[in-house]
Amino acid sequence: MWNYSDKVKDHFYNPRNVGEIENPDGVGEEGSLACGDSLRLMFKLDEQGRIKEAKFQTFGCGSAIASASALTEMIIGKTLEEAEKITNQDIADYLGGLPIEKMHCSVMGREALEAAIANYRGEDVEALRARKGKVVCECFGVTDNEMVRVIKENRLRTVEEVTHYTKAGGGCRRCHPQIEKLIAGVLGVEKQEVMRPLPKKLSNIQKIKLIEETLEKEIKPMLRADGGDIELIDIEGNRVIVALRGMCSACPSSEFTLKKYVEAKLKEFVSDDIIIEEVKP
Amino acid sequence: MTQRTVYADNNATTQVAPEVVEAMMPFFTKHYGNPSSMHFMAIEPEKAVKQAREQVAQLINADPSEIVFTSCGTESDNAAIRGILAALPDKRHIITTRVEHPAVRNLCQYLGKNGYRVTELSVDKLGHIDLDELRETLDDDTAIVSIMWANNETGVIFPIAELAELVKSRGALFHCDAVQAAGKLPIDVKKVPVDLISISGHKLHAPKGIGVLYIRKGTYFVPLLMGGHQEQGRRGGTENVPYIVGLGKAAELARTYVREEQHRVRMLRDRLENELLEKALDASVNGDRVNRLPNTTSISFKYIEGEAILLLLSAEGIAASSGSACTSGSLEPSHVLRAMGVPFTRVHGSVRFSLSRYNTEEDVSYIVEKMVPIVRRLREISPFGREELYAAK
Repeated sequence: MWNYSDKVKDHFYNPRNVGEIENPDGVGEEGSLACGDSLRLMFKLDEQGRIKEAKFQTFGCGSAIASASALTEMIIGKTLEEAEKITNQDIADYLGGLPIEKMHCSVMGREALEAAIANYRGEDVEALRARKGKVVCECFGVTDNEMVRVIKENRLRTVEEVTHYTKAGGGCRRCHPQIEKLIAGVLGVEKQEVMRPLPKKLSNIQKIKLIEETLEKEIKPMLRADGGDIELIDIEGNRVIVALRGMCSACPSSEFTLKKYVEAKLKEFVSDDIIIEEVKP
Repeated sequence: MTQRTVYADNNATTQVAPEVVEAMMPFFTKHYGNPSSMHFMAIEPEKAVKQAREQVAQLINADPSEIVFTSCGTESDNAAIRGILAALPDKRHIITTRVEHPAVRNLCQYLGKNGYRVTELSVDKLGHIDLDELRETLDDDTAIVSIMWANNETGVIFPIAELAELVKSRGALFHCDAVQAAGKLPIDVKKVPVDLISISGHKLHAPKGIGVLYIRKGTYFVPLLMGGHQEQGRRGGTENVPYIVGLGKAAELARTYVREEQHRVRMLRDRLENELLEKALDASVNGDRVNRLPNTTSISFKYIEGEAILLLLSAEGIAASSGSACTSGSLEPSHVLRAMGVPFTRVHGSVRFSLSRYNTEEDVSYIVEKMVPIVRRLREISPFGREELYAAK
């Protein structure tokens, strides 16, 4: 039994603004029958460009209905520029929190709002699709850009968290390595942006062991899932020299894998100054 | 005014029968000795365990020596499958179905990743397996076939006698998870050539934490729990005397009410099902309606979602369950309904009502009275199926 807050229960048992608007200014849809939840959100603006009316229709669980109901309350009276700033966390906070497994309901709310605003502005479907990027999770139709945004906004660190927030990876699990890469990508960028506390000084032996361990536990399983592998050739100071094997050696994105994934992981687990270099076989 | 409560989730667990609680109590307070001890305190517990073993044996027409007490249905399933595989180390093939309970399915999938070959038989849209597929899959390497007696979600009953005979004729062993069937259907191991049967106490009005594994005489078996000499060396660990006594009592009661399940409970279920099909919007039954447990109905409501239905039912004091993704905590809806090919428009909106002999005509009326407006209310919120909704108004 989910531990829903009183506010979630209130919005589920007494949903606000259910229904449709005649001649709405913007309509957005997110989710599908196959995915198990879906939201249709529409709004009408007043003369000052503020949202005067918002309505929704939801197919979904208790928290999906509650999130949509809360969102309509939150956006009424706001300009589109103000409404755009609402994050999924804002929706969850407004509801007094959501169980982590249900955070995807708040994300669905935010995405439907975004789609409705794009619809009002006349952005065409193709442009919106291009902005969303390419589909990574086939089961639930979640794209890389959608995921990156949610990872950044909610500071997610594991595939499990990404699944709770976006549903991506909750089906066949084949996309888990790709989600890991997306997380690593966001982490890698953040690392460069934020000064980290000085790492503790490692002895050479400790450092070599830690590099080997990180390769074994964090990196190889991910590469092997894609049919590749990596071999540690040598370590000279902060330079880690590796060779890519299997599918990786012929992969056009191996450069990306090395820098964004392997190096980011080694920086995270071993030391900030690690530089990765590849020897060709 | 206190709210009415209707418990209609008996395939999840059942109310412990008052007679069972009463039978158990002295074995907490007075006869708490270890049945293996060499003193006067062992006498009553030992006698009680012996009696319970006979009571359980009678429920399935077995010999008391073929009954092993375990801690739950899941333990029985694990002990059966692992115990046979350990006893037949040269055979590496397991056959099961796509609709088994996770206790069997996840175990087999694990074994499939660890050196065994696993075949999962598919089911048709009524939930039945294809005998020819089983026949073709069986080979000399097949150690064990594990197929449930009746499905927990849909109640669909497999033709166990036929399946067991086929499996035996090909020299493999047959295990049957009868957790949902025991107490709801007559089971006779003299007529059905199964080698092992799993039973769980809390599905037939005994408490949680007690189960049974039936092992036919002459079956090679390596125990899962090695330890003391209890259960003739087939399951180590001091006997859980009060719970064993409780299960014995529950088995004795079940022998008398199996007939009641077949008639009175079946009539209640049929009325519930028919009235919901007639009065609620876009309802349909999942699985074979004929070969089915008498207490179970799995009904799908188009364009609405199961968790939302359960929450609204729960607020009215009605306990039921659903195959929807959201109720499981995972994102995937019921593997049983998906294996049967139930379309997405229906799979997320499935609700299972499972009754027991404690349910009444009033309970059924109450469920129908509450369920019909709940379906309409959620359909009014849903963006799908608007035309059907307006047409029905």
